[in-house]
Amino acid sequence: MYLALINLPLLAALLVWFMKPGIRRARVLPIFGSLHLALVIVALTTTYRLRPDAWFRLDPLGGWILLTVSVLFLICAFYAPAYLALRPERDYAVFGVCMLGFLSMASLTATSRHPGVLWVGMEAMTLMTTPLIYYNHNKRSLEATWKFLMLGSVGLALALLGTFFIAYAADLGGLGEPLYFDRLIANAHRLPATWLKAGFVLVLVGYGTKMGLAPMHTWKPDAYGETPGIVGTILAGGVTSCAFLALCRMYSVVAAAGQGPFARGLLIAMGLLSMSWACVFMIRQTDLRRLLAYSSVEHVGILAFGIGIGGAATRFALYHVTANALVKIVLFLASGNIVRCYSSHGVQAISGAFRRAPISAWLFLLGFIAITCSPPFAPFVAIFGISSAAIQGGHPAAGAAFLILLALLFIAMGSVILPVLQGIPSRTRVRTPYKDTVGTTAPVAVALLLALVLGLWLPRPLDNLLTRAAMLVEGPR
Amino acid sequence: MSINLLLAATMLLNFMLVATSRVNKAIQLAAIQGTVLALILLLMHEHWAFHVVLMALSAVAIKSVVIPLLLTRAQARLKVIQEPPPYIGYTLSILLSALGTGLAFLLARRLPLQAGVLGTLFVPASLTTLFTGFLILTTRRRALTQVVGYLVLENGVYLFSLLLVKNMPLLVETGVLLDLVVGIFVMGIVINHIQQAFDSQDTQRLAHLRD
Repeated sequence: MYLALINLPLLAALLVWFMKPGIRRARVLPIFGSLHLALVIVALTTTYRLRPDAWFRLDPLGGWILLTVSVLFLICAFYAPAYLALRPERDYAVFGVCMLGFLSMASLTATSRHPGVLWVGMEAMTLMTTPLIYYNHNKRSLEATWKFLMLGSVGLALALLGTFFIAYAADLGGLGEPLYFDRLIANAHRLPATWLKAGFVLVLVGYGTKMGLAPMHTWKPDAYGETPGIVGTILAGGVTSCAFLALCRMYSVVAAAGQGPFARGLLIAMGLLSMSWACVFMIRQTDLRRLLAYSSVEHVGILAFGIGIGGAATRFALYHVTANALVKIVLFLASGNIVRCYSSHGVQAISGAFRRAPISAWLFLLGFIAITCSPPFAPFVAIFGISSAAIQGGHPAAGAAFLILLALLFIAMGSVILPVLQGIPSRTRVRTPYKDTVGTTAPVAVALLLALVLGLWLPRPLDNLLTRAAMLVEGPR
Repeated sequence: MSINLLLAATMLLNFMLVATSRVNKAIQLAAIQGTVLALILLLMHEHWAFHVVLMALSAVAIKSVVIPLLLTRAQARLKVIQEPPPYIGYTLSILLSALGTGLAFLLARRLPLQAGVLGTLFVPASLTTLFTGFLILTTRRRALTQVVGYLVLENGVYLFSLLLVKNMPLLVETGVLLDLVVGIFVMGIVINHIQQAFDSQDTQRLAHLRD
């Protein structure tokens, strides 16, 4: 069952590779995306008697993240055919194979019970997404690809060393193979603290690089700036969520060993640093895509901050993974439409998007309102929960800094985005035949609707899943 | 005892790697380091079980044959063999790596070790190799040399993983080697594109994207 989650997308990738060239290759994506989502839901709602030595299992934490990634992939998959039809000069095979490969590796990461397998999943995911970043095949995207590949690889090497450190701690504690996370957590008190701490620092730097936490985020603006919006969505909502999951898994081991305060201090510091860094670079940003990249740096900062506060905030941090992913779909895809319409992502070249591409522009505006954590969208609920947990849970100063940064980020982002949408389209702009169609806007609207519904009402099964997932991160209290 | 000697050799190779300005020589040194790692792996075991020999052989095959061959082939297609001046001069780099070695020894003393490996140079050698790889990766300008740096960095990680070799399953070990190959293969493809697009491998030309 769990193997099917990993193998189904791989099978689809093979199918895409051997299909006849043409747009039909892109139509495979929504079919297999729906099948994958259905499998995830079946896996989450039925209970299996698992062999204790099974390598893969979908626990609530992995389930929550995989559900998010699967929904994100499905929405992107429905957007893909309409988008790819606008780019007939590109070959769809590599795109389709890499997208499906990403989905498969996300399933591997979410279901793996072993830190080593988890790492293999993250590494393979990096390699799968590299050709996607080179999608535009020009000098600028090449530079972005190189930076992404080198920084990501170094980060993952450090994460691997950190994993080995924690494994060595287990070795010293007398734990043999297999080092399943649940076994590590159950025997955490036997692991020596020095190795655990050193290991966690390395893992934080390593997976933090993949998440894009400051100051290891430098690949992010370049990579997001030079890829199509759909790839940006996969990176900002999918890869970051999986890297966050990897970090949560390691954190849960360290916290169970009684080193929680040490790890939480680091996470709070990294979170606030990421948010401040994003704020500085968002002010007077001249590139729409880079603006979104810094917004992504901000939101992974919020995730790290939420886990760092701990307690009730953990639940809201996990909730924010989904909220962030849904709104990132809206922002990246809607801005992708606007960029296509003006044939530029420089802010100076774009004005009056309300007139030129009204549906995309309105979606983008609503996405902006949602991502800056205004009610009634889902990110608001997450932020409200995290900040109140921070202030009540003995971190009033950090909570206050968090809220002030959010206000500043709202102003910084708004001052760049509003001129793009308002006004009259410039007479000297590049004319393109782009027009909003159902194919390029309906998936975006669905994502926005989901973010809205989730902000107003969390269905009971999801609520239960979230609570159990948070318990896995925090450990029983 | 002989393990300590080999570990010292790894650290010596690190200094030579930092000091060399020729890409071909750097590739060779990294390849030799890979073989030394495989020898250490063999010497750690009294009985050479099948999977131990297999692991050592695969390490040699990948770290000392396949990847160096790939890199040398990429290098052979270019005319220039001399590295453009690095961001940090060679003398300063050597001084930095000496400093790094000292720090690695200090750091390693604070980490408790298992009874059997107490006193060996495993942890400092691993950390210095890691640091050397990082130094090459960040200070050299050519894409190919940066990949050599990545290879050295991975050697450092691999050296540490040898401490766990008795308790980690083959799956993870092969995973590491497999990812190393595929990773460098992808990097090789990207380098090829860089070469074609810019008519050079100098990563300083990759500086259009900035805020």
